[in-house]
Amino acid sequence: MANFYTDNPALKLYLTHPMMQKIVALKERDFRDADKFDYAPRNYEDAIDNYDRVLEIVGEICGEIVAPNAEDVDHNGPKVENSRVIYAEGTQKNLDATRKAGLMGMAMPRELGGLNFPITPYIMAADIVSRADAGFENLWGLQDCAETIYEFADEDQKKRYIPRVCAGETMSMDLTEPDAGSDLQSVMLKATQKEDGSWVLNGVKRFITNGDADIHLVLARSEEGSHDGRGLSMFIYDKRNGGVNVRRIENKMGIKGSPTCELTYKDAPCELVGSRRLGLIKYVMALMNGARLGIAAQSVGLSEIAYREALDYAKERKQFGKAIIEFPAVSEILSVMKAKLDASRTLLYACARYVDMYKIYDDIAKERPLTKEEKIEAKYYSRLADAFTPLAKGLTSEYCNQNAYDCIQIHGGSGFMKDYACERVYRDARITSIYEGTTQLQVVAAIRHVTTGTYLNKIREMEAEQVCPEDEGIKNTLVFMTQQYADAVQSVLGVKDAAYQDFMARRLVEMAGCIVMGYLLLEDTQRDESFRKSLHVYVNYGQAEVAKHASFIGNFRPEEITDYLEK
Amino acid sequence: MSLNIIVLAKQVPDTRNVGKDAMKADGTVNRAALPAIFNPEDLNALEQALKLKEMYPGSKVTLLTMGPARAAEIVREGLYRGADGGVVLSDRAFAGSDTLATSYAISAAVKKIGDYDIIIGGRQAIDGDTAQVGPQVAEKLGLPQVTYAEEIIKAEDGKVVVKRRIESGVETVEAPYPVVITVNGSADECRPRNAKAVMKYKHAAVPSEVAADEEKKAFVEARPYLQIGEWSAATVEADLAQCGLAGSPTKVKQIENVVFTAKEARKVEADDASLEGLIVELIANHTIG
Repeated sequence: MANFYTDNPALKLYLTHPMMQKIVALKERDFRDADKFDYAPRNYEDAIDNYDRVLEIVGEICGEIVAPNAEDVDHNGPKVENSRVIYAEGTQKNLDATRKAGLMGMAMPRELGGLNFPITPYIMAADIVSRADAGFENLWGLQDCAETIYEFADEDQKKRYIPRVCAGETMSMDLTEPDAGSDLQSVMLKATQKEDGSWVLNGVKRFITNGDADIHLVLARSEEGSHDGRGLSMFIYDKRNGGVNVRRIENKMGIKGSPTCELTYKDAPCELVGSRRLGLIKYVMALMNGARLGIAAQSVGLSEIAYREALDYAKERKQFGKAIIEFPAVSEILSVMKAKLDASRTLLYACARYVDMYKIYDDIAKERPLTKEEKIEAKYYSRLADAFTPLAKGLTSEYCNQNAYDCIQIHGGSGFMKDYACERVYRDARITSIYEGTTQLQVVAAIRHVTTGTYLNKIREMEAEQVCPEDEGIKNTLVFMTQQYADAVQSVLGVKDAAYQDFMARRLVEMAGCIVMGYLLLEDTQRDESFRKSLHVYVNYGQAEVAKHASFIGNFRPEEITDYLEK
Repeated sequence: MSLNIIVLAKQVPDTRNVGKDAMKADGTVNRAALPAIFNPEDLNALEQALKLKEMYPGSKVTLLTMGPARAAEIVREGLYRGADGGVVLSDRAFAGSDTLATSYAISAAVKKIGDYDIIIGGRQAIDGDTAQVGPQVAEKLGLPQVTYAEEIIKAEDGKVVVKRRIESGVETVEAPYPVVITVNGSADECRPRNAKAVMKYKHAAVPSEVAADEEKKAFVEARPYLQIGEWSAATVEADLAQCGLAGSPTKVKQIENVVFTAKEARKVEADDASLEGLIVELIANHTIG
């Protein structure tokens, strides 16, 4: 019996991270549901035991159903008939299994039919699902959208829609249009208010993941004559009402099981969510942050499968009379893959914990005023979540692409054929650094935290933590890397030229990322020895990366930037 | 219309992934080395029962298992998937039962449960592979039986319609209920455990599992839905002479390890005469045909 949770001990370690104690107590409001719901936990241990058992179900479904279906789903994919999407047979089976197992609406409150899980164990499930089939994670992971309904819709809407998601209905977020991709301010889909006050949608959306979902969140222009983000509002469209058709689905390079749809809206009835004009500037931003964390989880799951496929093959494949893993050139690739995987995962869960903390405080603030200390803490974690989400999305997606590349390299010529999973992983991985904001856009979001010092402050906090004597050396390396980073930041900020700073942004963000992930692995190693190998390999790698960027920045004359302008 | 369904299930050592230490030196199964699992075909049977429950809302699915107290795990696994309750038939008097004594004890427990329309179990267990207990239970209760079931199509107006997997294909039969049905491994896989049910029923237990822990005991006692029945031979009014070793005419004389080895290869020339000779030989020894 393959189980993608129990065969991966790192997950349990993050599930029981010391910060979870506080997250669980806050999320469960000191376990007030215990006598109201027969499945609510009574204390911290009980809650962790619940997460553990539910993740075991996720692991089993992924190992026994989703992963074995992945090849077939990739091969057959979904199709469109009479303007409706028909999932691949394997996709339908995966959905049936996850529904029966009650794995939808995991993070929603119990009153609305959910499991009331914190983000951290939910993201862990996403990590596991992605290892089994990254394309399926898109469908399953769109339950994230319920979070946006929960945060911004009115009570009546929450009661009508969220229980349906918890019962297994699927969701989509309809944002992108032919002329509005990264630039969502240009969205044209028209929302018109009728005389009776109700709204209808007209227009076209493109590249909509799971576009034939039961419940859609739609970004549309509600303010006639407006041209920017402030004229956009968020709507819920319920498929039961009709009015939205699927014109076609894209023929993609990867994640082929996930239908990417072009949609036409013809007087489609819909409901306004929250306030007009806040669609993009508030709600979509929140939605995207959740989605970005989801993509980071997807990236980590893909890194995991890439590493495992490569490792298995390297042990099996014999050349020159021995398994190829015995050749240093091969085993070095594998150790770096493992280090990048572990670094990605620790960053993912650090980010998930920060998101948990600030979101739970936000939710508590709806029930009662926060104390002064709580407000300070909420602000602290909100800032960290804001800083770590683009860092995690940007770097884990780049690493998963690198790991997918290396996975094929280990397979040699066989990896180039369609016979092994590695070629699907390679194709599936490619989208992670593009959608929900390209890596370049993650840098735009992250650079603020380089210039304002969020990363550096967090790094200094981690530097202040005690480590065992054995790890003092590696910590000194991290301290040295931090100095190089701080110097590079000063040097770039010293040149008062926005174009130059933009040009260097990616390097500074990568430097910060290497140091942060190094410290996180150092922290993990204090809790569990099994991380020490990856700590060493990763810090060696990160040290070289930081030095490389420091050298580039140090040797670069700002006027050279003209050489990098292409016409 | 609702049905009362009893699912017969057994906790077995997982003989599918047998390692080196699976057998003891004396030739008996080393149960400690093999994880205890829900007998696979009993899971297929549970799925059929749960499907009937969906088809006929209000139906009740009760698991019945015989074994030590730890076999309560079988009932919990059933609860996690949608069953309503269960009973563990547990008594030292049942130790050493062969299929005859087992079916006697189980039929006594079924009588004790009393209200039933459909009794459903797996075709056979992977430890003994006899496929006898289901049919024997039917005989003891004087009920009709349908074996090798692949799908229960309906259960209406006192009749079940069942698809059976037989050697030459599939046949659909009808039987009056109460009826005993044994389910073949080719039937639908059992559904996964449900997250909410797992969190709800993880504390379900038979009394002897919580007897030593006052806190757990009080917790279970305050919540009827967490109570799994634990019945002894006396509870089901079993005749001790028909239970356990005393009631088991089957005596194991000897167990030996059989190691399958490939026989010597034989080369057949690629000409018509040699191939024909081979085919004639294979038909003669019933390998083909």
